[in-house]
Amino acid sequence: MTMEATRYEDGSISYPGHPRSREGTEPVGTVDLSEYTAEVVTWTTSTATPPGVREPNTLAIVEFDVDGEPVRAIGQVAADDVATGDEVRPVYVEELRESGAGIREPDSQAWDGYRFKPV
Amino acid sequence: MTARTQATDGQTDRVAVIGASMTQFGQREGEWILDLLAEAGLECLADAGVDASAVEHLYVSNMTSGEFEGMTGVMNALAHDLGAIPAYTQRVDQTSSSGGAGIYAAWQSIQSGASEMTLLVGGEKMTHATTGESTDIIASIGHPVEYKHGVTLPSFAGLTARHYLERFDVPRESLAKVAVKNHKNGVDNPNAQFQKEVDLETVLESPIIADPLRLYDFCPVTDGSAALLFCPESVAREYTDDYAVIAGVDGATDTHVVHEREDPTVMDGVVKSGNGVYEMSGYGPDDVDVAELHDMFSILEFLQMEGLGFAEQGEAWQLVEEGYTEKTGDLPVNTSGGLKSKGHPLGASGVAQGVEIYEQLVGEAGPRQVDAEVGLCCNVGGFGNCVITTIMEAAR
Repeated sequence: MTMEATRYEDGSISYPGHPRSREGTEPVGTVDLSEYTAEVVTWTTSTATPPGVREPNTLAIVEFDVDGEPVRAIGQVAADDVATGDEVRPVYVEELRESGAGIREPDSQAWDGYRFKPV
Repeated sequence: MTARTQATDGQTDRVAVIGASMTQFGQREGEWILDLLAEAGLECLADAGVDASAVEHLYVSNMTSGEFEGMTGVMNALAHDLGAIPAYTQRVDQTSSSGGAGIYAAWQSIQSGASEMTLLVGGEKMTHATTGESTDIIASIGHPVEYKHGVTLPSFAGLTARHYLERFDVPRESLAKVAVKNHKNGVDNPNAQFQKEVDLETVLESPIIADPLRLYDFCPVTDGSAALLFCPESVAREYTDDYAVIAGVDGATDTHVVHEREDPTVMDGVVKSGNGVYEMSGYGPDDVDVAELHDMFSILEFLQMEGLGFAEQGEAWQLVEEGYTEKTGDLPVNTSGGLKSKGHPLGASGVAQGVEIYEQLVGEAGPRQVDAEVGLCCNVGGFGNCVITTIMEAAR
């Protein structure tokens, strides 16, 4: 499995990828963020979670440094404690949320992915 | 069809608001979306003294009648129920900013000359669903990478609030004071969901919802509807001397994926729509006498105050501490009680913001009345994904 970000013609990288970059340029390649560590920008613990989501659900926005290009991602935290500035690494999880429990059509998207674990 | 620029008296024919209404917001047991929309629509027409047969365009701001109730086609159903057939109808969905987008659509319909009488009704029926279900329906606006992690709108608020508090060294109590202020204002709004004050201790000791935010930092789940009636200023004068004018309206978007924003504390849609509305109206932040901001979460009031130029980045909390945004302050914010106290029936909220500003400008706000000639409302969809900002002024 990979945590695939998209690199664009203008040098920017985004996770998730889009058909065009913010500046409107085309994708030119991918970057596997699971090979990098990231720094926690901010985090929260949500106690009122929707159907099919673990409770409590600690989430973080993290920032990867891919050869000098910042790339942010959001995801669940694989630990009880986390703090702003912590270094984390992505760890693969087969099912982040029970597909079909919420309103979204289960076949419309993937349900596996990466949690962030403090290093 | 030509754009409307001149009235018969040779003056620029601006878009006027001549009527307004809102239903009781809260838990409206046994009443569904069509009941709520019809109640607000009929009351608005009565407020203006306009017959339904005069309505040429009818817009319905609504985000989720299909998801919550299994009821679609609400705009046509409302035209029938109001006796407004054969008015042109359109449902306006821009998530939580559907109401503001409805104001924009109504303004366009009059300004373009396509309609001489446009009724806008916003509404939502939500409280029959569980909190988890309603949270999930609203969270379905998220990108798949957000949705699969269980990211909700309240969790975006928690993430942003923590970043804001840490980065700008802001006391937690300042956020709580937004909730205290808006609950205090809501006491004077008979249509508000909550008409009771809360103290700082209650806010700070309420259950954690999305750390560091607690229950009283969030708006409730709400049923309700609100309406506004628009026409050219030349037509408005046939009905009343007391009306408001749309001085400016503009909308903008920001990234769908929230974490892709360069600065988590800047809502670029607020900045861009604010700049647009200031340019169109000729007014600036210092000219605004009263504002309705989209306080779905307490942190959003800070971010909109900063994005609209009422405060520098990271400093809005100081104005709240100084009482600047109190009803008696230099810039009263959310005299209606805001979404926090008044409630947040998604598609109705932006319209209800407009109702409050209209009532302030025509002097019909009762105990909430402040001295105002120019009012602003900022309606936020998603977590700043879509934003509509409107400036109204009292008729001169």
